[in-house]
Amino acid sequence: MEYFLELSSSGLVRGSIYALIALGYTMVYGIIQLINFAHGEIYMIGAFVALIVSGVLTIYGFSGVSILILAALIAAIYAAAYGYTLEKIAYRPLRNAPRLSPLISAIGMSLFLQNYVLLAQTPDFLRFPALIPDFEFMEPIAHIMGSAELVILVTSAISMVGLTVLIKYTRIGKAMRATQQDMVMARLVGVNVDNVISVTFIIGSVLAAIGGVLVGSYIGQINFYIGFMAGVKAFTAAVLGGIGNVPGAVLGALVLGLTEAYAAGYISSAYEDVFAFGVLVLILILRPSGLLGKAVKQKV
Amino acid sequence: MPETNNTLLEVKNLTMDFGGLRAVDAVSLSVSAGEIVALIGPNGAGKTTFFNCVTGIYKPTKGDVLVHPPEKKSQKINGFKSNRVTTIGMARTFQNIRLFQNMTVLENVMIGRHCRTTTNIVGAILRGKKTKRQERETVERSYELLEKVGLVDDADEFAKNLPYGAQRRLEIARAMATDPFLLLLDEPAAGMNPQETKDLDELIVRIRDTEKIAILLIEHDMKLVMNISDRIYVMEYGKEIAQGAPMDIRNNPKVIEAYLGEETDA
Repeated sequence: MEYFLELSSSGLVRGSIYALIALGYTMVYGIIQLINFAHGEIYMIGAFVALIVSGVLTIYGFSGVSILILAALIAAIYAAAYGYTLEKIAYRPLRNAPRLSPLISAIGMSLFLQNYVLLAQTPDFLRFPALIPDFEFMEPIAHIMGSAELVILVTSAISMVGLTVLIKYTRIGKAMRATQQDMVMARLVGVNVDNVISVTFIIGSVLAAIGGVLVGSYIGQINFYIGFMAGVKAFTAAVLGGIGNVPGAVLGALVLGLTEAYAAGYISSAYEDVFAFGVLVLILILRPSGLLGKAVKQKV
Repeated sequence: MPETNNTLLEVKNLTMDFGGLRAVDAVSLSVSAGEIVALIGPNGAGKTTFFNCVTGIYKPTKGDVLVHPPEKKSQKINGFKSNRVTTIGMARTFQNIRLFQNMTVLENVMIGRHCRTTTNIVGAILRGKKTKRQERETVERSYELLEKVGLVDDADEFAKNLPYGAQRRLEIARAMATDPFLLLLDEPAAGMNPQETKDLDELIVRIRDTEKIAILLIEHDMKLVMNISDRIYVMEYGKEIAQGAPMDIRNNPKVIEAYLGEETDA
């Protein structure tokens, strides 16, 4: 039983990281039907910025939680700038092009950003300091869930609730929903759709950067390639939950994370990806539009 | 009615080509403050294309679209994006209803206020005084508009659950929420029964009289058009074939021919 709980906790942690990244995929897809393959790279860049910032702050004598918060904040701002620019230069000019063109552009940006970090930083794995401190009150259950896990779960949960509130109740959230439902009409009632799309990219990038900081601190090392696998997994999660659907992305991510954790724990860690993608195939066969996705009626 | 100095919209020789097809051919039209102007013509005459050119969905091939907003300086708006056209003060509805189906009635109207409010994402997170005041004003103004079109009781209903006639009125309320000086209505009476058409007829006149919004409408329901329009433009095969007061249009042989076919001596 304890082993099961341990696996569940690690599965939830993985799942919530996937969810933070998957939300960016699913929001962008919901609004402009684009699969932003460069999204994983934003997450990776977020982790790198956090590493650099935490290094600098350590030299200046900061410690513990203050480093974590400042690093996350600066990483988020940096990633937001990347997300915004990415949309502006790689996707906006192709807004009215055939759907394949922005997709290719996305893959190109993904490769570009990977190699840019590879050249600007290093191809090697870098050690990432453990920024999340050990809380005393977690001591009794540390073998099941440590402080780092707790912080990751809580941070992700807060981010997701915040996003839900933003989409549901705010002015910009309404504009996002309107744009998602009918972009032409949204423009006609005076919504600046270009700004809405920029904001969507910024929000997605901020969430991904938060994920990057948390993972770096949790796993303890990063390199230029971590964005690729995380991106693929998060994309899988988004599809699993029904792409374009925000709660679906979270659900899909948690299902994926738990599946991987159980597969790794009960069978072998060599098989975790097999099971992860196996679940994807199974769900797509049984429910082609994903767990919470609605079958799309083709607009004529 | 001659052109006066309170012209709001002035379209000059507007032409729109789709490849080799000339959908709109050198059409000129103007709307002045306080007017209800109708644009009529057989199916495929290019009326909706004309609307699309004026509201920034298409960029016209040739010609000018000039707006003279009251108390602001005139602008040429060819090729402006739709959201800018709406911000300047021209709002429209569609022939087929295009509400945000999965949002509530109230939210649909609130979206129309979007371009008149300024809270950005930072404001939304911090929720300062100004944000709260703006949100309250948006809600109040939206309820006011729903009151005017008789939909207050359905405010929390999803737009898709409204009956057809009510959806039409909601579209008009949403367009009015953008504070326009000119409202472009594309077949507002399409698919309505006679009673609904009569209510709509009154609503349009009321909007013009009490809200001081001029109206340009495309309509096939001749009774409605003849009842409420001050002036009528007639299009056929992309060209403007007549314009004038309802009585003149009714007796214009060219118009009768366009609608009923050529008269032959038998």
